Amino acid sequence: MTAIVVNEINIKSLRQQETKERLVMIGLTIPYLLIVILLIIVPIGWLFGTSFVDQDGSFTFKHYVRLVESKAYYRIFITTFEISIFTTLICILIGYPLTYFISQLPRRFANLCMIAVLIPFWTSLLVRTYAWLVLLQRKGLLNNFGIELGLLSEPLPLMHNMTGTLIGMVHIMLPFLILPLYANMRAIDTDYLKAASSMGANQLRAFWTIFFPLSVPGLLAGSLIVFVICLGFYVTPAVLGGGKVIMVSMKIQSNIELFFSWGAASALGVVLLVMTIAILYIASKFVSLDQMSSRG
Amino acid sequence: MLLKHKLALAFTLFLGSILTVNANELSVASWGGSYQHAQSTALFQPAAAAMGITVNEETYGGMSDVKLKVNAGATVWDIVASGSGGCAAAAAEGILEELDYSIIDVSDFYPGLYMDHCVGGDVFSTVMAYNTETYGDNGPQNWADFWDVEKFPGKRAYRAKVDGALEPAIMADGVPIDQVYEVLNSVEGIERALNKIRELKPHIAVFWTSGAQHAQLMKDGEVDMTTGWNGRFDVAKKDGAKVRYSFDQALLDYDGYAIPKGAANKDLAMQFLNEISKPQYQAEFVKYITYGPTNKKAYDLGTIDDALSRALPSHPDNVKLQVPVSIEWYSKWKPIAAEMYAEMLTE
Repeated sequence: MTAIVVNEINIKSLRQQETKERLVMIGLTIPYLLIVILLIIVPIGWLFGTSFVDQDGSFTFKHYVRLVESKAYYRIFITTFEISIFTTLICILIGYPLTYFISQLPRRFANLCMIAVLIPFWTSLLVRTYAWLVLLQRKGLLNNFGIELGLLSEPLPLMHNMTGTLIGMVHIMLPFLILPLYANMRAIDTDYLKAASSMGANQLRAFWTIFFPLSVPGLLAGSLIVFVICLGFYVTPAVLGGGKVIMVSMKIQSNIELFFSWGAASALGVVLLVMTIAILYIASKFVSLDQMSSRG
Repeated sequence: MLLKHKLALAFTLFLGSILTVNANELSVASWGGSYQHAQSTALFQPAAAAMGITVNEETYGGMSDVKLKVNAGATVWDIVASGSGGCAAAAAEGILEELDYSIIDVSDFYPGLYMDHCVGGDVFSTVMAYNTETYGDNGPQNWADFWDVEKFPGKRAYRAKVDGALEPAIMADGVPIDQVYEVLNSVEGIERALNKIRELKPHIAVFWTSGAQHAQLMKDGEVDMTTGWNGRFDVAKKDGAKVRYSFDQALLDYDGYAIPKGAANKDLAMQFLNEISKPQYQAEFVKYITYGPTNKKAYDLGTIDDALSRALPSHPDNVKLQVPVSIEWYSKWKPIAAEMYAEMLTE
């Protein structure tokens, strides 16, 4: 009897403590919430607002009407999605085997390999993009080499087009795929594979039935990061696309120049943002999004 | 929320104003590359030294940058360098200060090389340049040749913006130099020029966005011919680029200086513009880049020799061959033409 009473008192005070702690936690997050509101919510709200403002300051839908009416915007969105999808696919094709290889190495070598992945990741995007310019141009290193060795009869059009844009973007986006995927693959218990082997599965079978399904969450998370970042890419397509590959972010910039106002650019920004959020929302049905950050 | 935002903005502006208001300093923005190098070496820094002030130089992306800053009440530049068309458009937008020509002496300027809001700094041409390694010395001579991919096979580069992009196309389509703007003075005329560009588009490898870029494209041999600004090609040639151009059917235009509305050091900026408009600076400027002076007296100093003078866009023999860029046309048609041009680029 008494034991139960004591227990109830205990539970009560524990509950009180818990509420208190929760309140303190909420209190502690307030500065962060303020920062988020000030730096993210307010500017996005402002962006949204300006997309409905005409040059003379009156309310208008014309920036959105233009997006629907002009074929140029339609084509630009198609290009943006094309580039993002292709970049993601190529990143998977290159990144998955590479990450698998690294994850199977002893820790020490694997760490060295990861450093090799990370160093370009930490190098300025602009520098890497211009480095590709030197390598890929008509009289650049690759074409000159190919011609000198007799492999090419004339220089290949490697840049100032879609090819160059994709090469540059894959190079820049690859670490974003490798990092979450590597963390995921490292966490896969090798005992499962040993168990599969002991039951007679060959290596290929063990890989496809055990390892691959277990690595899918990391693969999806990495692909999603790559895809979403690609949607807003600016520098690389601007430099390596030769002015012919036009992505949404580039059009946002040129709209500011073209119309001398925020409105036209804001509307485009809002549409891109909404599309990105929609994609993230749909993706969240298949991938747990918190995995992206915890594993990255 | 909005009030908070405004307060934060006001606070940053306040901080900014404390930091930037300094009576002996000017902030000047220009286009970078060999052009700004010439400005810096021949104009900005010597003039600053003569006046005993400090000039901080920056590069910027054009009048749209100025507009955004002026509208946000955060004008950071005292002077901006810009093409005449950009100046005129910006003046119409009301984002430039009116220049005080009682301070800036333009009495020796060529007529038409200054406006209420912009004083001319140099005369330049939009020309066609070709690679002499590809075509020898008998390369394309006019815009019809530029469009002739059978006679002159090779890769082209063209401007990504509408400025100076329609005139060559309409001339390639057979319009003589004195009727260019007449023909372009309608949506049909603009469409005619755009169709001509569509025709050449498969052969245009790059649409360039800056002078530094088109100079680099020629230097690297990335393209065989391009449109571009004459001075940049001369600088590239000095650096070993195999490039040649002529003034035939080129577009004659001028660059100028303007003061953004609300500039912190407006009065000092006026005096500075007067200083760099003096003949001795302008005569020095042409040594670094072949853009002609706007002040006639620059020739009287005797430092510009005959060969150099003939290489300048503003030499009378060269002027005869060219189409003077029409600011009126740009102020009337640019917004429409720019949108049509941008649409053509995405096709």
